[in-house]
Amino acid sequence: MAIIITKQNRVIIQGITGREGQARAQLMMEYGTQVIAGVTPGRAGEEVHGLMVYDTVSELVAAKGPVDTSVIFVPAHLVKDAAIEALENGVKLIVIVPDRVPVHDVLEISAHAKKHNANFVGPNTLGVLSVDEGILGMIGGKASSAKSWFKRGNVGVTSRSGGITSSISYYLSQAGIGLSTICHVGGDAVIGMPHNKVVELFQNDPQTDLIVMFGEIGTSQEETVAEMMKAGKITKPVVAYIGGKGAKKGTRFSHAGAIVEGNKGSWEGKVTALREAGAHVVENFQEIPAKVKEVLAQKK
Amino acid sequence: MAKLYEYQGKEILKKHEIPIPKGAVISTADEAVAAAEKIGWPVVVKIQTWSTGRKAAGGVRFAATADELRKHCGDLLGMKIGNFAVEKLLIEQKLAIAREFFAGFIINDTAQKPMFLFSSRGGSGIEEIAKEYPDAVVTAEVDIFEGMKPYRTLELIKKTGLDPKTASALAPILVKMYEAMRKSDARSFECNPLVMTADEKVYAADCHVVVDDYAVFRHPEFGIEIAREFDRPPTELERIAYMVEKNDYRGTFFFFQMAEAADTKEAVIGFHGAGGGGSMMSMNAVSENGCKIANFCDTSGNPPASKVYRAAKVILSQPGIKGYFSSGSGVASQEQFHSARGFVKAFLEEGLDVPASIRLGGNSEEIAMQIIADFLGGLPVQVKGFGKNDSPDSVMKHLLEGMKKNGNKGHTVKPFVLPDTKKCDYSFQTMTGSIHVERAACAACTTKACIGSCSPKILKEENGAPALAIDPKEAKKGKCIECLACELACMAKGMKALKIVLPIEGLASYREKLTKGK
Ligand code: SF4
Ligand code: SF4
Repeated sequence: MAIIITKQNRVIIQGITGREGQARAQLMMEYGTQVIAGVTPGRAGEEVHGLMVYDTVSELVAAKGPVDTSVIFVPAHLVKDAAIEALENGVKLIVIVPDRVPVHDVLEISAHAKKHNANFVGPNTLGVLSVDEGILGMIGGKASSAKSWFKRGNVGVTSRSGGITSSISYYLSQAGIGLSTICHVGGDAVIGMPHNKVVELFQNDPQTDLIVMFGEIGTSQEETVAEMMKAGKITKPVVAYIGGKGAKKGTRFSHAGAIVEGNKGSWEGKVTALREAGAHVVENFQEIPAKVKEVLAQKK
Repeated sequence: MAKLYEYQGKEILKKHEIPIPKGAVISTADEAVAAAEKIGWPVVVKIQTWSTGRKAAGGVRFAATADELRKHCGDLLGMKIGNFAVEKLLIEQKLAIAREFFAGFIINDTAQKPMFLFSSRGGSGIEEIAKEYPDAVVTAEVDIFEGMKPYRTLELIKKTGLDPKTASALAPILVKMYEAMRKSDARSFECNPLVMTADEKVYAADCHVVVDDYAVFRHPEFGIEIAREFDRPPTELERIAYMVEKNDYRGTFFFFQMAEAADTKEAVIGFHGAGGGGSMMSMNAVSENGCKIANFCDTSGNPPASKVYRAAKVILSQPGIKGYFSSGSGVASQEQFHSARGFVKAFLEEGLDVPASIRLGGNSEEIAMQIIADFLGGLPVQVKGFGKNDSPDSVMKHLLEGMKKNGNKGHTVKPFVLPDTKKCDYSFQTMTGSIHVERAACAACTTKACIGSCSPKILKEENGAPALAIDPKEAKKGKCIECLACELACMAKGMKALKIVLPIEGLASYREKLTKGK
């Protein structure tokens, strides 16, 4: 059945008239996502790829009926308002694509999401793709590529890196391993759906038999997954790779999340915790498809 | 992460009506003495650095007389702490401290809330204090909607065994400190120590603030030059790169140098990644093949060709690099021909003298690889594009072969010159540059290839030459996506009638200094 996005989601795009909004509206629709309409303040009445544009989410809902999912492409400093607007108009899942959203804004979005019993992916995410179901965000870039790169099957992918979300999924598909959902959790330190939340959704998804996780140094997401495995909350096999082995402590790359903080967050700490919890950690990225095949074969 | 100096943190505290000792920031001994006369002797002298452990480094001193103060200034100004030289000192009134506390707010990533930390014992070595006296410490998550309520703050800090009088003197200050943290977009905001004087007044004696990089734009008052963490002052080239990033919001461009001058004896590589995860993996391929990187660079998030071009120009401002390695995640969502065109323009202008291996896997990689082959195949050094089925390791190995063929020669930095537009009589502005046409040269052109190559279709033919088909203001606002296709199309026809000028602030003088220094 896949997770987060299926054909059932009724999706809107906030910031649909911008450079990315326009391009990704086309991608999402052509891939089969049920996109209802878009929002850009001051641009009501325009059309983008045949989708009506509204000034506000409430006007959109009044015209088109209830919606449950929004993908946000507005500039970073406007994200907070757009997200809260969506939440207050019934949206239960937001995908926040933009990079550089101030962390205090994310804290507020998080508090509002909790109040409305909603979730968000990102910020700084390429989005989520469920094979043959739909795309939220920009994974694949073009529908024709997304269709040819990612094959349907029983492996779920969760990744801290956008580019790697696509590349792992492509290399798995090339190796004959099909995918349920692939999710880029986002590159920042504070994100709505860290690995542990995505892994939990995969655990409850009948289509998914194995989880591939691309972790990075910094934050405690991977450690949390390890704890959940130890506690028996995650029973499906996990194949993991942790990037950033060679990074100096304190060295910072463009992923805000890739910072070594105290004991949690180090490469060694993550690998050890995951191995102790029974995850299959590979140290060479190229080994992932072979390892997945091996573990799936053992399962049968 | 952008750190503030103690005196900047204290300015924030002052704005939020949290008492701080009387003080002044100075950068000469004369200023120090004048400040101390105003404040009243004796005074405390503190170096202003981003590092902790100033006391241990001898950076905190006391002065009762002008002579003492001048001596301290002589010792401390210019003193090296790590890789930074001390430029400023904070001169402050010496408090009669009776008790010290620790108070701080930090963002808890997992809880997605600010976290409050308080210890009834403060001062240096707070980590050890917290371990040794766990009962002296309270922590609590703060609900964003509720904030720090005065009564709850009081309840919390009383758990550390404070007497009612002290606790009620501290609580209102902690409430204000939370406001200060939120208003200044701090990732962490700490006062260590917060002190109580003999006459029972509370002061923030020290203050450490780390501001969220992504919110620095809201705070021009902090004067943060580069909103990124450095363990040394940024190099001039890093400053130049940062200006490029700041002036163009499309995609991201991140650059930092490992060693300012590449040692020509070692195989040092100019590294150009795309996307954090893929870049890290690609860097592993560099080190596993026995090479070092001269710099880290990442252009990602669908940057225009112009940004990739500028990044390449910055990377090629490093003398001695023996190869150019570009590699990202391998399966990029963005159209890869944009990056390819950026590389082509930069490499041709520079007359590339070291081999380059460019991993371009992703959307339209075939076109991207073809562009590299068509335009750069004729260079005397080996340049090749690769696709998603080529691993970083195999691409890096290919680069090593090219370096061998090139006799392992290092890169020579040439003067930075913008394209010559003297003969051009038509031009328009783009978001970060300008496009110029020598219309007389177009008369003989039968294809008008530039016009057909422009995917946003903003060019039209006018009197046998290309001209803007839209309002020039629109082109400048971003309708011209700076894809560089028109210039390359013209070049492909053997012509050079259309030139794109993309200035890079400060690079010309930087390179001039480099070449003269030799
Ligand atoms: S391709 Fe070159 S020569 Fe031909 S019209 Fe365009 S600018 Fe002029
Ligand atoms: S004029 Fe057209 S082809 Fe030339 S850079 Fe601008 S958008 Fe690209």
